[in-house]
Amino acid sequence: MTNLLAARLQMAMSLGFHIIFAAIGIALPLMMCIAEACWLRTGHPVYRVLARRWAKGAAILFAVGAVSGTVLSFELGLLWPGFMKFAGPIIGLGFGLEGFAFFTEAIFLGLYLYGWERLPARAHWLAGAIVAASGALSGVLVLSVNAWMNTPAGFRLVNGRAVEIDPLAALVSPAMLAEALHMSLAAYAATGLLVAGVHAVLLMKDRENPFHRKALGIALTVGGLASILQPMSGHYAAHVVAETQPVKLAAMEGQFQTERRAPLRIGGLPDPGTGTTPYALEIPAGLSILAYNDPNAEVKGLEAFPSDVRPPVRVVHLSFQVMVACGMAMAGVSLWAGLSWWRSRSVPTARAFLWAVALASPLGMIAIEAGWTVTEVGRQPWIIHDVMRTTDAVTSVPGLGISLAVYTVLYAGLGWIVVMLLLHQFRSSPRADELAAALTEDSH
Amino acid sequence: MGFLTTISPAEGVAAVMLLALIAYALLGGADYGAGVWDLMARGPRAQAQRDLIAHAIGPVWEANHVWLIIIIVLLFTGFPAAFTAVMTTLHVPLSLLLIGIVLRGSAFTFRSYDATELARRRWNRVFSIPSVVTPVLLGAVIGAIATGEPGRAAEAGGAAPLFATWLRPFPLAVGLFALNLFAYLAAVYLTLETDDPALQEDFRFKALVSAVTLGAVAWLVYFLAGIEAPLVHEGLSRSSWGASLRYATGAMAITAIAALWLRWYSVARLAAMFQAAMILWGAGTAQFPYLVPPHFDMVRGAAPRLVHQLLLIALGCGSVVLIPSLIYLFRVFKGHTFRADLAVASAAEEGPVNSSRA
Repeated sequence: MTNLLAARLQMAMSLGFHIIFAAIGIALPLMMCIAEACWLRTGHPVYRVLARRWAKGAAILFAVGAVSGTVLSFELGLLWPGFMKFAGPIIGLGFGLEGFAFFTEAIFLGLYLYGWERLPARAHWLAGAIVAASGALSGVLVLSVNAWMNTPAGFRLVNGRAVEIDPLAALVSPAMLAEALHMSLAAYAATGLLVAGVHAVLLMKDRENPFHRKALGIALTVGGLASILQPMSGHYAAHVVAETQPVKLAAMEGQFQTERRAPLRIGGLPDPGTGTTPYALEIPAGLSILAYNDPNAEVKGLEAFPSDVRPPVRVVHLSFQVMVACGMAMAGVSLWAGLSWWRSRSVPTARAFLWAVALASPLGMIAIEAGWTVTEVGRQPWIIHDVMRTTDAVTSVPGLGISLAVYTVLYAGLGWIVVMLLLHQFRSSPRADELAAALTEDSH
Repeated sequence: MGFLTTISPAEGVAAVMLLALIAYALLGGADYGAGVWDLMARGPRAQAQRDLIAHAIGPVWEANHVWLIIIIVLLFTGFPAAFTAVMTTLHVPLSLLLIGIVLRGSAFTFRSYDATELARRRWNRVFSIPSVVTPVLLGAVIGAIATGEPGRAAEAGGAAPLFATWLRPFPLAVGLFALNLFAYLAAVYLTLETDDPALQEDFRFKALVSAVTLGAVAWLVYFLAGIEAPLVHEGLSRSSWGASLRYATGAMAITAIAALWLRWYSVARLAAMFQAAMILWGAGTAQFPYLVPPHFDMVRGAAPRLVHQLLLIALGCGSVVLIPSLIYLFRVFKGHTFRADLAVASAAEEGPVNSSRA
């Protein structure tokens, strides 16, 4: 295995692992705060139990997210010293501000998790709200760095060196807003529906359980709203990609030829050999509309670019299809929930609906992984679009295969343990008949 | 405050990094040390000692460990060439260090949320064994940088060395020193975290033993520095401030030992903290102006001046949020260690000790 491949695999695995915990770390604190706010407003103790349960989950996931994030901050240099030497001064401000946001999050998470009995009720809720806000902010700041890799700004390239560095311009690069919106919504949608799925499964066994009904209601509100808004942010993101990274758009769509009235392809398997994407359902002029809001707009195809700057089209196209399909399914389930709520003014608990939520629950995380693949693989062979190739960024340290093997085992083990611990938490979730006893005990 | 206007922005960022390193040692370092005492818990109160440790570090755990990320971010933003030199030439110890951080960080949380006794005991192992190994690696990395070997290897180019930069007497001695220092800090702090006199005596004994061994390891490090890290050695022994800093550190060490002996635990904590801070400040400033000797300093390979200025502005604004938050966190969860200490001290002590401090 080449060093480059080993480094890319290790980075992909570290990010793929961290991104799940980061997404949950953004959204779960918000849900926990909503539950606690409901408790403060209504005084109904079931909300307090719920907030505490979700806080337990948040604690486990935050810990793993924090350590895997620490690993990433080192891996930037351990694996990509060439990139960091060039980019560090330009994008460091974004990372630095993210560090502050993360620090704030860690401080107030400690106050929230251990402060139930020590802080006044409102101060405790406020600590949770700060966790939710700083988590969201730290996500946005990290995305500003990724956006910069896609649409570098804030410097001028002279003989391979960056001059006239402007870290503030780098912070708000052209892709920043689109990526921040799309990924933040993805975090809320994916986490909301993931949690909703868990409570839907538990409700199937114990239909009247007020704990799971209220949990399902909050999770669906957060996840559902984000899922319904997500296609709009996706449309905007596609527009930005079309403007700034046309070759990535072409790979996402399996678009080989440059053409007007370019079709939107649903499914299909791009074949770089023949330069076609067969087996796709084509919507005429769909892509031109999606990317430029104009059915006659010209969309550049892969063939408009030299072959050594084209990303691997199959991986990018298929990942993009997976992301869109998952997103659509999630939006569909969310609309179903919304319509039911609008008609009956209560959280739907029909068996078919619970099944749909349960089946939709992993889709958000799959969509996040697929979307991340689109943005990262779609940028290849560049680590910084049009500025630095990934091959020029990798470390000269020999034997990265060993490092990859060790981290694979480490992360596989961690992932398995987290799943086991969370399953244990779900199994011990309160049943309706146990809830009354638990609540009287809790109020002491 | 004249020095504030005379130092360059790059020096300002470097000073903040050194302060963050000191904070990481005093807070996160004590967590490592607590893990060491967790592993070494023996005797009739072994379980009580472990419970005390878990209880003491739980609420502040996550905050204590963010300092490391702050240091790394400041390093790659402000001094990218030094950062890549370190990351390339010390790849192996840094990778192992990270594995240690992952294992103990997750095990610490899993331990609190796993239900069965057997699982808890296993998590304890996964927490405590890397608590011993990781500080040694951390110290070895810092020690290796001081020798100049990583800097020279980076300058020479070619395939990065895997072991030659750090598997040497001086870096390993610094690793041992870091482990001992962290264990000492943890033992001193833990005397204040309980009002059970028997447990207090346990940690007082551990603190006294580790204070003595720390002195021995410090001499070993100083001796080896003369051979392998002349820059630091000269900085400490010949510079205008070196001698006074060494005497002050020694005085703090003696104060800490005396206070432990007399069971003035608050005094011991303050003295031990100052002692550790002065050791790190001395080692860091002895290396000045080099971040990664012998080539990478405040100018060579540093980011443009504007980046350092922006970093300092961001740090200033960030501290307005962070410092009050941190103080609040420690007041809520550690406030009792200030109050309880006075009560316990006055109950346990005879003589005029308390009135002199009250």
